[in-house]
Amino acid sequence: MNFPKELKYSKTHEWLKMEDGVAVIGLTDFAQDELGDIVFINLPEEGDEFGVDDVFADVESVKAVSDINSPAGGTITEINEELLDAPEKINEAPYEAWLVKMEVSEEADDLMSAEEYEAFIESEK
Amino acid sequence: MGDFIVNTAWEQKQMCEAIGVEKPSDLFNGLPEDVRLTEPLNIPEGKSEAEVLSLIEDMAEQNKVFRTCFRGAGAYRHYIPAIVKNVTAKDEFKTAYTPYQPEMSQGILQSIFEYQTMICEMTGMDVSNASLYDGASAAAEAVMMCRDRKRKTIYVSETVNPRMREVIMTYATAAGAKVETVPACSDNTTDLEKLESLLAEDKEAACFLLQEPNYFGRLEEPQIAEKIVHEAGAKFIMACDPISLAVLKSPGEYGADAAVGEGQPLGLPLGAGGPYIGFLAAKQDMMRKLPGRIVGETTDHDGNRAYVLTLQAREQHIRREKASSNVCSNEALCALTASVYMAAMGADGMAQVAQMSAGAAHALRDALVEAGMEDVTGGEFFNEFITASKVPAEKIEQACLEKGILSGLPLDENRMLWCATEVNTPEEVAKVAAIVKELAEGGAQ
Amino acid sequence: MKLIFERGGEGHRSDFLPKNAFPAVEFEERFQRTEKPALPEVNEVEIAQHYTQLAKQAFGVSNGMYPLGSCTMKYNPKVNEEAASLKGFTDVHPLQPAETMQGVAAMYATLEKYLLEITGMDHVTFQPAAGAHGEFTGLQLIQAYHRARGDEKRTKIIVPDSAHGTNPASATMCGYQVVNVPSNEKGGIDIDLLKEAVGEDTAGLMLTNPNTLGIFDENIEEITSIIHEAGGLCYYDGANLNAVMGIARPGDMGFDVMHMNLHKTFSTPHGGGGPGSGPVACKEFLQEFLPGRQVVCEEGKFRFARQPKTIGSVTAFDGNALVVLRALAYVLTLGREGIPQAAENAVLNANYMRVGLQDVMDVPYDGPCMHEFVASAKTIKKETGVAALDIAKGMIDCEMHPPTIYFPLIVDEAMMFEPTETESKESIDRAVEAIKGICAKAYKDPEELHNAPHHAPIGRPDEVTAARHPVVRYEVKEEE
Repeated sequence: MNFPKELKYSKTHEWLKMEDGVAVIGLTDFAQDELGDIVFINLPEEGDEFGVDDVFADVESVKAVSDINSPAGGTITEINEELLDAPEKINEAPYEAWLVKMEVSEEADDLMSAEEYEAFIESEK
Repeated sequence: MGDFIVNTAWEQKQMCEAIGVEKPSDLFNGLPEDVRLTEPLNIPEGKSEAEVLSLIEDMAEQNKVFRTCFRGAGAYRHYIPAIVKNVTAKDEFKTAYTPYQPEMSQGILQSIFEYQTMICEMTGMDVSNASLYDGASAAAEAVMMCRDRKRKTIYVSETVNPRMREVIMTYATAAGAKVETVPACSDNTTDLEKLESLLAEDKEAACFLLQEPNYFGRLEEPQIAEKIVHEAGAKFIMACDPISLAVLKSPGEYGADAAVGEGQPLGLPLGAGGPYIGFLAAKQDMMRKLPGRIVGETTDHDGNRAYVLTLQAREQHIRREKASSNVCSNEALCALTASVYMAAMGADGMAQVAQMSAGAAHALRDALVEAGMEDVTGGEFFNEFITASKVPAEKIEQACLEKGILSGLPLDENRMLWCATEVNTPEEVAKVAAIVKELAEGGAQ
Repeated sequence: MKLIFERGGEGHRSDFLPKNAFPAVEFEERFQRTEKPALPEVNEVEIAQHYTQLAKQAFGVSNGMYPLGSCTMKYNPKVNEEAASLKGFTDVHPLQPAETMQGVAAMYATLEKYLLEITGMDHVTFQPAAGAHGEFTGLQLIQAYHRARGDEKRTKIIVPDSAHGTNPASATMCGYQVVNVPSNEKGGIDIDLLKEAVGEDTAGLMLTNPNTLGIFDENIEEITSIIHEAGGLCYYDGANLNAVMGIARPGDMGFDVMHMNLHKTFSTPHGGGGPGSGPVACKEFLQEFLPGRQVVCEEGKFRFARQPKTIGSVTAFDGNALVVLRALAYVLTLGREGIPQAAENAVLNANYMRVGLQDVMDVPYDGPCMHEFVASAKTIKKETGVAALDIAKGMIDCEMHPPTIYFPLIVDEAMMFEPTETESKESIDRAVEAIKGICAKAYKDPEELHNAPHHAPIGRPDEVTAARHPVVRYEVKEEE
């Protein structure tokens, strides 16, 4: 299981990194593994606003739907449209297949480092 | 009394022993005393098969079946080829469950895939679902699926079948959705100028539903409506009679976003109102918004072609309260009926049905006008039209009933909505015209 | 198997109609279709062959055991089919004057009477075309009731976490927020948590009893009281009525409104996924909101009437008449004694199957079940890697339809069995033996089950690709 060091992680298994003042958000390797083969992702629209932990997207596998929670509060500036036709990229390369970019107005106070997240997953087992 | 219980008393005793109870009723001991019935149901004793059939035959005799029928208004009498009934009577189709286990239901899944394809062909759309309960509820689902966070108001033409409009209103009222009715002109088509002005003022318009041919049989101007609706950024939905689509321009050709309608004319009997079938088809970009079941094609690990229920993550059993619709079953056997009908008739056969229906209706109109009625349809129609007369509509209906004819539907005191199909003959037309003539000449005081 | 589009060819057709006896009508060009629809070009003979082939790859109730929990796949009596094919019903137009539809009215009125006896309710509407449709209708009655009282605060519907997905989905269609209440360790609703969940915003509760675990909640009267005291109404999901019909009635348990599934409890055929019928029954005080038309008997004649505060209509006409007719034939056949006997035998058969399987699978809720029970492959999965899905696919090779799997959601690796009363002891014995064999195989040769079924027309289909890149229609090949 992969835990890139430069990213921050949420308890609900999203990752976040800051890039040129904008937050880039995606799903962790653990998340995509738990979800199984992803068949579709429902992404928000540019300009949509969300608070910390708000559901901003959902992911469909063949037999289930899972909510994705926002690891920060702010406004969506870009969505990864590629994923709409090729959701499998989330399974194949979860740290490259970013979901949305967000202009952050509110930070979460409980994001974890790679080590903390790895330990968190261990403790949840 | 039949009960279809195979196990004998002795077998039941053995089963009780295996379970560890003395008698079957012991298994109900967990039920609280005061909810248990203490007396037998107040319904008759069970009857033998012969008695049951006799009772129901008595009821059937209290219904009048009209061999000559000139009534439509949402349910149509067409000829049903014998092969259609034969195929749908097969036990494997009739008594099967929903094909959730694809490996043992390829026959059913493939038949639905074929149905979906045929509906796409008739409507000119890219994707179709596996069907819904009836045309009216399909229309309600269609307009509701066009709503999103930014666009919420539903527009429906006044010329849409009133029963379809009522069901739409019912669904909308439940959900708290707003429905606006676009009025008709005096020629019984939609007032497109009014549509334009209503949409110009409403940035939240989600969709507009137009019926073609409309409730009064009139041919509307969908190509004009389409431009208006799309200018306003809303979705354009057309409700159609599937038989008419064999010769009339399809919703796809008109640029519609979705097509719905009552599929009963496709091989289903009038059946006193049901079961019928609602078809719902749409353009590719609306595929994931479609309610109901959808069958998709795929392969198994050996590369064999295989069919499965797909895109299930839209549906209630997965999304639960986040589902956009609660639809669980489709009308599978009715969808099978419709596909067999469309295959049996073929494009040419259906065009023939459409042309004969239109021909019969126009001939009926001419005959009724000659007999003294006024054609108040307002313009070009397909196979339904409206007459007016000084003779009260109910009086005409009654006179026809007495001669074994189901006349057009009385719309109000004087107007009637008539329909003709390929099943009507020149003799029938002459017969009903004669009745009307007699009333028109002698009758009206 | 060939698709019907891959059969026949240009010029293949059958002629069913006489020549056109009327002059042709020319429609103006702008109305005319320009591209002919690409329907199949087949002859009647080819159609007969095609569907005979398809039927070989379908599994009806008479093909083998069909213990789908929550679906009540009982035998579909053939006398019902005779009844439903009478021209005196099939050829009636729904908009005929009432005096020419007295038989249709009699059918509705008679079955209504019997269903009210069975359910303990006061009025029925036959308009809803399916169970979920009935739920939607019934919730609208609750909604109309509160709105009529001017109570706009009631925004929530309570459902147990074991509920069928249609329950919360129907609530959403009425704009309600869904509140999920957990089940207790006995499988019933947790009373304390229920008390916490109710309030002034409770519009109602949706419940099925016995529930989706096959367990009758003995606290049912307390449950419905709690809701009523909070000012809400109680909706009964009638999907499991087969367990208690003629023995206990939802109307006596405190329910105000409910639906029935004629295609489950009342033996009408499932049709591969419909048509069904989902009549809704309600107590007196909800009558004024009923949709569609009701049959009224006056001076020996029937007429159709609308309710003064009707919610409108949920289908265009009066309901799936030909399905209702089949259900009437069934109730006439079973009668006063047959109805409770069916329920009793349904429960007997389910318990017999349960004790047969309890040594090889986990049965999380012990004690007697009602007409269905939930087993779990949790231990088998842990010890062998073989999951409920694999066991189900293994059953296909034994010519049985698998049970319902992965429902209810509150049981891991759930397998819900409902043999129904029309299954014989012998076939249940055979089924139990077959399942025992599969469970044993899980320990000996799990791979075989992971790749099952082996003897079906296809192996496991690739559902992931089907959902990622859906192909939902056949593309007619262009001529070169």
